[in-house]
Amino acid sequence: MCTYATVQTALEGSAKGPGSSWFSVTDGTVYFDHPVHAMAEHTLNIDFADPAKGPSARVAVELTAASARDLVNAIQAALDSAPNDLTL
Amino acid sequence: MGESLCAQTGLIRGHGGDEVEAYLARPSGEEARGGVVVIHHMPGFDRATKEIVRRFAELGYDASCPNLYWREAPGAAPDDAAASARASGGVPDERLIGDVGGAAAYLRSLPSSNGKVGVIGYCSGGRQSVLAACNLDLDAAVDCYGAFVVGTPPEGYPLQVSSLVDQLPRLRAPLLGLFGKEDSHPSPEQVAELDEILTANDKPHEFHSYDAAGHAFFAVDRPSYRVAAANDGWERIGAFYGRHLAGV
Repeated sequence: MCTYATVQTALEGSAKGPGSSWFSVTDGTVYFDHPVHAMAEHTLNIDFADPAKGPSARVAVELTAASARDLVNAIQAALDSAPNDLTL
Repeated sequence: MGESLCAQTGLIRGHGGDEVEAYLARPSGEEARGGVVVIHHMPGFDRATKEIVRRFAELGYDASCPNLYWREAPGAAPDDAAASARASGGVPDERLIGDVGGAAAYLRSLPSSNGKVGVIGYCSGGRQSVLAACNLDLDAAVDCYGAFVVGTPPEGYPLQVSSLVDQLPRLRAPLLGLFGKEDSHPSPEQVAELDEILTANDKPHEFHSYDAAGHAFFAVDRPSYRVAAANDGWERIGAFYGRHLAGV
C-alpha cells in the first residue's frame, strides 16, 4: 500500500549528506511507506533536508518498523541520560 | 514489427502549458500504432518506471511518461524528487490531468499515431489513471492497485488525495483493474465497491485480483514483486490494449 501519511517537523541542526558535505538541516519529513532501497515492503522513512538548497540537500533513512521504534527509544534514552539543563 | 526501439528524455507541454520532462519510447518503423501514457508510482520517475515505458514500445506502442515531479525538482535524482514532492503535499489532481493530457496530445501528434491513446498507472498512479480517464478523452485505462479510487483518506491527510466516487459516472474509457488480494489499499472490499459502482453506471470494466499478491506486485525491484501475478497482469494489459488501441 501507499500510506501517503506524512508528518513534517521543523528541525535545527546539521547533517552530513551528498558529496560528504555537511549542511544545515531545517526540515524533517517522516513517513511510513515503500522504501527506495531497504529490502522491506514498508519502512519508516526520515528525510533530513534543507529545501532551500534544493531536492538533493537531503539525508534519507529507511528503517524497518521495529528498528525505528528502537531508534525512538535510543534517542529518548540518550536525551534522558544528559543533564536536564543541557537538553531544555 | 521488429524489436528495435528508441527511447529518449525530452520536454512536452503539460498542465497550464508548462514544459515538463517526459520519457518517450517508440518502436522503430512507421506503421500506425496506438499510444500509452504511463503514470509513474509515488517513488517517482525512476529506472523501473522507464523500463515499463520501454516495455510498451516493445509491445508495439508509442509510450510516454511525464515526470510528475518536474516542477518541484527539475533535474533531481528520482528519489530526491519524490521526497521533495511528498514534502510539498503531492501532485494536485488538476495538474495531473493537465500533464497526462499533454502527454496524450504529444503521442497523438506523432506521425505514427493512429489517434488512440491509453493510460496506465501504478500505486498512486493507479488512482491517477482513473482520474485521467474521467476527465480526458482516452481510449483505455489501466489501474494497477491504485488506492483511494473509492474510500476516504484518513482525516488530516497532508497529501492532496480524495476519493473519485463522484467522478466515476463520467469515466470515458474502458477500465482494466489489476489488484492483489492481500493489498489493504485498495482492499478487496474497496475493489468490490468500485466494481459495483462501475457496473451500476454501465461503465465497461474488467477486474482481476490475484492470490498471494499484495500491493506493487509488478515492481520487479521490490520485495513485493510477485512473478505469477505480474506475468498474468502483463498478458491482460497486452490483450486489453490490443482490443482498444489497435487500428490504423
